[in-house]
Amino acid sequence: MRRYLLRRFGQAVFVLWAAFTLSFLILYLLPGDAVSAKLASGEAGSSATPEQLAAARAEYGLDSPLPVQYLKRLVSALHGDFGRSVATGDDASHMVVTALPPTLAVTGLALVFAVLFGGGSAFLGTFTRFRWLRQALLSLPSLAISLPPFWVGLLLIQFFSFRLRLLPALGTQGFETIILPAVTLALPTGAIIGQVLAKSLATQQEEPYAEIAATKGASRWRVHFGHLLRNAAVPALTVAGVVAGNLVAGSVITETVFSRDGVGRITAAAVTAQDVPVVQAVIVLAALVFVALNLLVDLLYPLLDPRIARTPEVARG
Amino acid sequence: MVDLAEAPARHFHVKVPPGLLLAVAVLAFVLLAAFVPALLTGHDPITGVPAERLHGPSLHHLFGTDETGRDVYARVIHGASLSLRATAIAVLVALLAGSALGLLAGFRGGWADTAIMRVVDVFLAIPPILLSLALVTALGFGTTNVAIAVGIANLASFARVMRAEVLRVRNGVFVEAARASGVRWSGVLLRHVLPNAAGPVLALATLTLGTAVLEVSALSFLGFGATPPTPEWGSLVAGGRSFLATAWWMTTFPGLTVAAVVLAANRLSRALDGGDR
Repeated sequence: MRRYLLRRFGQAVFVLWAAFTLSFLILYLLPGDAVSAKLASGEAGSSATPEQLAAARAEYGLDSPLPVQYLKRLVSALHGDFGRSVATGDDASHMVVTALPPTLAVTGLALVFAVLFGGGSAFLGTFTRFRWLRQALLSLPSLAISLPPFWVGLLLIQFFSFRLRLLPALGTQGFETIILPAVTLALPTGAIIGQVLAKSLATQQEEPYAEIAATKGASRWRVHFGHLLRNAAVPALTVAGVVAGNLVAGSVITETVFSRDGVGRITAAAVTAQDVPVVQAVIVLAALVFVALNLLVDLLYPLLDPRIARTPEVARG
Repeated sequence: MVDLAEAPARHFHVKVPPGLLLAVAVLAFVLLAAFVPALLTGHDPITGVPAERLHGPSLHHLFGTDETGRDVYARVIHGASLSLRATAIAVLVALLAGSALGLLAGFRGGWADTAIMRVVDVFLAIPPILLSLALVTALGFGTTNVAIAVGIANLASFARVMRAEVLRVRNGVFVEAARASGVRWSGVLLRHVLPNAAGPVLALATLTLGTAVLEVSALSFLGFGATPPTPEWGSLVAGGRSFLATAWWMTTFPGLTVAAVVLAANRLSRALDGGDR
């Protein structure tokens, strides 16, 4: 068990480092840097002299050779410092961290909705004896995954806010405002969980143990809920950990649609302003969320299936 | 090649499922719209009729009109070429770059394999939308840059599938036979490995078609794609946002088009993957 956890932890650290490095390569190596963009358009107008440009580049640490920049930034990043926002001058990681709570509220609720939607459709879809209901339930995920989230959000606003006047359309204040964004975020995530769980439940239904349990007098419900679900949950849990990491990224869309404050809003603004430090901070944060969720999932595996902790090779299919 | 002698007789008159037929029809229609939009609509997508501002859907304006009296249906039809071109670029970038990486990893093996697949794993750990946003930050805005960014963000799965296929085929008897009879590795690659890997990679490409349409339109919804008067599906939805309460058709129909195309692409991908029974 300890070796299993150490191994997982090592992988997590690697992913974080790699996410930092990849985003560094993309953001600092590719042409088009924020400082010259800002000086060309922003406060200094077109009058930026080469000296001003050089001074600004020095201020943002863009004047040293790349390997030096990389090491400097890596060391600062380890201390939680991603540099200052080119657009506002604020500390990038501070900006992102303060924006986190409203985003986490929505993504947390979205995860609950996603599990309910995905788990429910897969469980009932494989449980029901009615063919039409089975087909309807099992095709829900592939429908949900095809809908553009920004459009779903706008439709929800139209229906629930403008037509029924049940929930607020926009804003960050109050619990009511997080419901519609959470539903929007939950659909594609829940769809993937549902697809994997349904497939895995259907496989388990064919296993001999299911028949044996039924022969020994277990009710259909007991077989399905008590026996099949536990065995089918492992692949669904794996994919849930992966797609849940996407929720933070999805909030770029939902927070724009619902005009909510949060990490997604900051990301969209940072991309618009080519605010490299902020974009990098968001990417590393998303990788952190991804890694944390997957570590959590890794901790849950042995509870579902004790064999996993003993043979680390099979843990990740 | 399918061995016809061995296939059971009933396979000869398989009916094409109606859903698949519909999917192909949708994709054919959109392709038609992309190449000859004038065939499908007589309205101008750029200049509107001011007297017909914000009209609801009618026979004359199927999808209604927008705030400057432009026909929304015409804008969706004319937007197809830009949206589909971006999608095609994205899929091609993902397909070519991803497959090349997968091929190299599977073929060279050893440290090249380890290094490439580790990088690919990192691509999978960063959500595609964020990865493409980072790339757009670096590359700059515009439909082509958005397309390239979405393509790079999706190359990881191609690398994985291609590598798996190469490893599967690599040790096949026919590859050994080809090598033994003196065919060079490049020849083996072209004649045996690639054709064998084509099936799964093609199915993945159709699946990616759907994701790419979604991601490209999401990025242009956020405002990083086409610049205003040019119609593009994602930005059409964004443009209708301010009229959500009064003109529901401005957002509903362009979004519905995206959803229909994605559904169709996913359906087709399922058929190519052999999911139909």
